[in-house]
Amino acid sequence: MPKHKGINYAKYGYIFSIPFIVIFLIFSLYPTIYTAVIGFTDLKGLGNTEWHFLDDLFGNFKLILNNNTFKTSLRNTVVIWIINFIPQIVLALVLTGLFTSSSLKLKGQGFFKVVFYLPNIITAATIAILFNALFSYPKSPVNDLLIGLGILTEPYNFFVKKTAAQLIVAFIQFWMWYGYTMIILISGTLGINPEIFEAAECDGASGIQRFFYITIPNLRTILLYTLITSLIGGLNMYDIPKLFLNGQPDNATTTVSVFIYNQAFSGSYLYNRAAAASMIMFVIIAFLSGLIFFLMRDRDASREKKLAKAARRNTRNNNNAGRGSNISEKGESL
Amino acid sequence: MSLRASKSRKSPGAIAFRILIYAFLIFLAILSLMPFVIMLVNSTRSTPEIQANSISLIPSTYLQNNYRILTGKSFDPLTGFKNSLIISSFSTVLTIYFSTLTAYALVAYRWKLRNSFFTLIMAIMMIPAQVTSIGFYQFMYKVGMTNNFLALILPSIAAPAAVFFMRQYMLGSFPLEILDSARIDGSGEFYTFNRIVIPMMKPAMATQGIFSFVSSWNSLFMPTILLTDSDKYTLPIMVSLLRGDIYKTEYGAVYLGLSLTALPLLVIYFALSKYIIAGVALGSVKG
Repeated sequence: MPKHKGINYAKYGYIFSIPFIVIFLIFSLYPTIYTAVIGFTDLKGLGNTEWHFLDDLFGNFKLILNNNTFKTSLRNTVVIWIINFIPQIVLALVLTGLFTSSSLKLKGQGFFKVVFYLPNIITAATIAILFNALFSYPKSPVNDLLIGLGILTEPYNFFVKKTAAQLIVAFIQFWMWYGYTMIILISGTLGINPEIFEAAECDGASGIQRFFYITIPNLRTILLYTLITSLIGGLNMYDIPKLFLNGQPDNATTTVSVFIYNQAFSGSYLYNRAAAASMIMFVIIAFLSGLIFFLMRDRDASREKKLAKAARRNTRNNNNAGRGSNISEKGESL
Repeated sequence: MSLRASKSRKSPGAIAFRILIYAFLIFLAILSLMPFVIMLVNSTRSTPEIQANSISLIPSTYLQNNYRILTGKSFDPLTGFKNSLIISSFSTVLTIYFSTLTAYALVAYRWKLRNSFFTLIMAIMMIPAQVTSIGFYQFMYKVGMTNNFLALILPSIAAPAAVFFMRQYMLGSFPLEILDSARIDGSGEFYTFNRIVIPMMKPAMATQGIFSFVSSWNSLFMPTILLTDSDKYTLPIMVSLLRGDIYKTEYGAVYLGLSLTALPLLVIYFALSKYIIAGVALGSVKG
């Protein structure tokens, strides 16, 4: 690297960005365009790389949108995501309320956070097969437990009932993710200006009132962020439904990703159909990430505004400004 | 505040409420831990023992026997472990080094396209590689890079979420004045980055490193479509074999296979849990 004096440093901004940009173009952008192109072609068959555009250019998209398994898989994905997300966000909010309550001051919070987050770090593939073993029929830990507790009188075959299978997949997702959501929400709550809580306490607001009228409204942005990231993750759900029951029974746990995998990498290797389905998902996900993008830009912009305000106040009153910037720093924990 | 808290602690209703809360938290803790406890204990028990009573907290003596059954078929934990370790280690090193470099380009220099570049990173951050996997697979197949670890390692140079995290960290706590003194001392820009910036970014790199490593270690979709040669299987692909018919009745061996894949993560997690939880709170988990 040159060491001249009076150098224009701006060029290093470009130079240091080159590796990222090159790799992005080759391994991200090009495959994205390639996937889109394949969606309009006749590319299929293992090992085949020859393709021609279809006469009916949107033929694959029409076929996919009319394909019953695709429709089922889209419905399953959304249903499983909803059944997992509602209890997940409710439980995460309740735990956030309990852990951040100034009147409860619960002990062992560190321990509980570590344990609740644990399932998230373990390989999803391992967890899917572990739950397959835990719920299997006729002898399995869950069946033994339910019979031992007197809830069941004889073993129940969870794997042949569509609803039961979907509920278990949703439960696994819930179980893996509520700890993560809780930590994000606690961190968001700790970022709320403590003065608001103190003022409410002085005005006689109870812990529950403070939670509903201060914590939740102030977490709005983070809740929305959690909702959208979880939805994007949910739309890509693959490991758990694929390995838990391979999309069965009767396609009840076939998600869109499992459908795409099965189209492209089994049977007649219909890369073109899988690419069309992928592009449909790409559009949905790009729309959702567009939402997050504006959400976070908004936060960035408001943070900059706050900082600017604080800086202006700084010239008049040092004390105030210090607090102002402190708050905005905490707010960035997202 | 503490006065108020101690007052409320005295009433019997409040005490009952506290007990109820702790009972609920302990229930959730058991729910989180129990599946793993069952998994670990059952990996030491024989299949007949498991069939007689599938829940037990007392380890048995069939660990070696289960290992023989497990490895006697297609499951090869050592190869899987080695392959996963190679891919995850290289991916992690590339991700943290180049994410720091890219973040540094965004923070330390004023250049014309800086904001557009950051906007691009934000825009692509949430798009999962999975939805473009068909094109990626075809591309890799054409250039003969299926069954080549580089196809999984190289893309980690461009990790938008990691760049975002590093940038946030740098904006918050990196003293840019230090660069001016380095320049006065005649240090080149690249040298400054490697010798001054990198050491100062170590805490952020460690946090990001843990998440990059774990997410690479756990990933199943991309390795499954790219690695078809059984010598190249990663641990999650090995795990997926455990569901096949060959292990249908070998419960002890299946539990052992699962335990072997979960153990390294459990050890890392409990050793580093403090940093991991703090890292999640910073929102870096999408690395």
